[in-house]
Amino acid sequence: MADDKDVLRDVWFGRIPTCFTLHQDEITEREAEPFYLLLPRVSYLTLVTDKVKKHFLKVMKPEDVEEMWFEYEGTPLKWHYPIGVLFDLHASNTALPWSVTVHFKNFPERDLLHCPSNSVIEAHFMSSIKEADALKHKGQVINDMQKKDHKQLWMGLQNDKFDQFWAMNRKLMEYPMEEGGFRYIPFRIYQTTSDRPFIQKLFRSVSSEGQPHTLGDLLKEMFPAAICQDDEPKRYQVLIHGIEPMLETPIQWLSEHLSHPDNFLHVSIIPSPSD
Amino acid sequence: MSDNAESPTETQKDEPSTQQAVTEDTGTTDEKKKIDVLLKAVGDTPIMKTKKWAVERGRTVQSLAQFISRFLKLEPSEQLFIYVNQSFAPSPDQEVGVLFECFGSDGKLVLHYCKSQAWG
Repeated sequence: MADDKDVLRDVWFGRIPTCFTLHQDEITEREAEPFYLLLPRVSYLTLVTDKVKKHFLKVMKPEDVEEMWFEYEGTPLKWHYPIGVLFDLHASNTALPWSVTVHFKNFPERDLLHCPSNSVIEAHFMSSIKEADALKHKGQVINDMQKKDHKQLWMGLQNDKFDQFWAMNRKLMEYPMEEGGFRYIPFRIYQTTSDRPFIQKLFRSVSSEGQPHTLGDLLKEMFPAAICQDDEPKRYQVLIHGIEPMLETPIQWLSEHLSHPDNFLHVSIIPSPSD
Repeated sequence: MSDNAESPTETQKDEPSTQQAVTEDTGTTDEKKKIDVLLKAVGDTPIMKTKKWAVERGRTVQSLAQFISRFLKLEPSEQLFIYVNQSFAPSPDQEVGVLFECFGSDGKLVLHYCKSQAWG
């Protein structure tokens, strides 16, 4: 039988085959070939696209190049959401490779945060981990770590080193046995049908009667429409890392195994495909 | 990201003490849409005479930071960092209402602001 630890590995090494194409309005000196890349689901767009940038800069004049940003079918892609979330939310049920358009001008200030350097990604990533730990352990675990431990988490993600990352991250996944789980589960629920960025509230791992909360319990409270009655057709898909986990799955288990490296459980709710 | 911070011209609450509203539309006075935010300066960042503000739940961290920057008359080149629990900087597009629900206590959300990075 597969070990639960194998799940961590599978999540970490999840990849999305992606085809990057330069937007037609960009000015080039010769034709820009598309660029293909396997994107890690758990990373960030601006962290893993140096090669994409280099590829397109070869055919562009420096004066035509501003900050690089990405778009999928008219939707600017937020680099500060994990790549897997962007794909599940905007492009699941479409044919692979994922077709992403690259821009070097007209940065959409209203939709995207600027990302001038990797240190901005690092700051965002570490803040997310701290926020998650504030929910899980009142911040005690992350605050007890040293600067070099924080660096190890970041370097693990940046350099795609599973063992380096998890050697430290497992401490963030511990909890007192008698409590049966984290104080609160760090989760974010995204929908395409809302202008709100995401749903995030306090949610306990265990009910007041001591029963482990499940994914179904979470949805019932946060997004009841995602749970369909027996006699009606399914209206929504609930995706985590591209799969639809069973609603009976304990939320604590999901938090420990299917959270992104930022320690949040990112849940995408999308309309069911109609066919 | 929306840029809708503006100067606080709203009337003060009846107690001589404390609270003003950070808002742009004069029409809605629905208080439930607003939450109490307590703003505290860190280090040599100037303090605000009014510390407690009623802020709309849907307002983003970025928009609140812009409001504080203008209130303090910071130079455009000066950055402003906002912290929750004196530990993490929420993402600029995060809604203040979400932070209130997860990290508020005693009916208010305490945010620290600083001109330089104060915590990690």
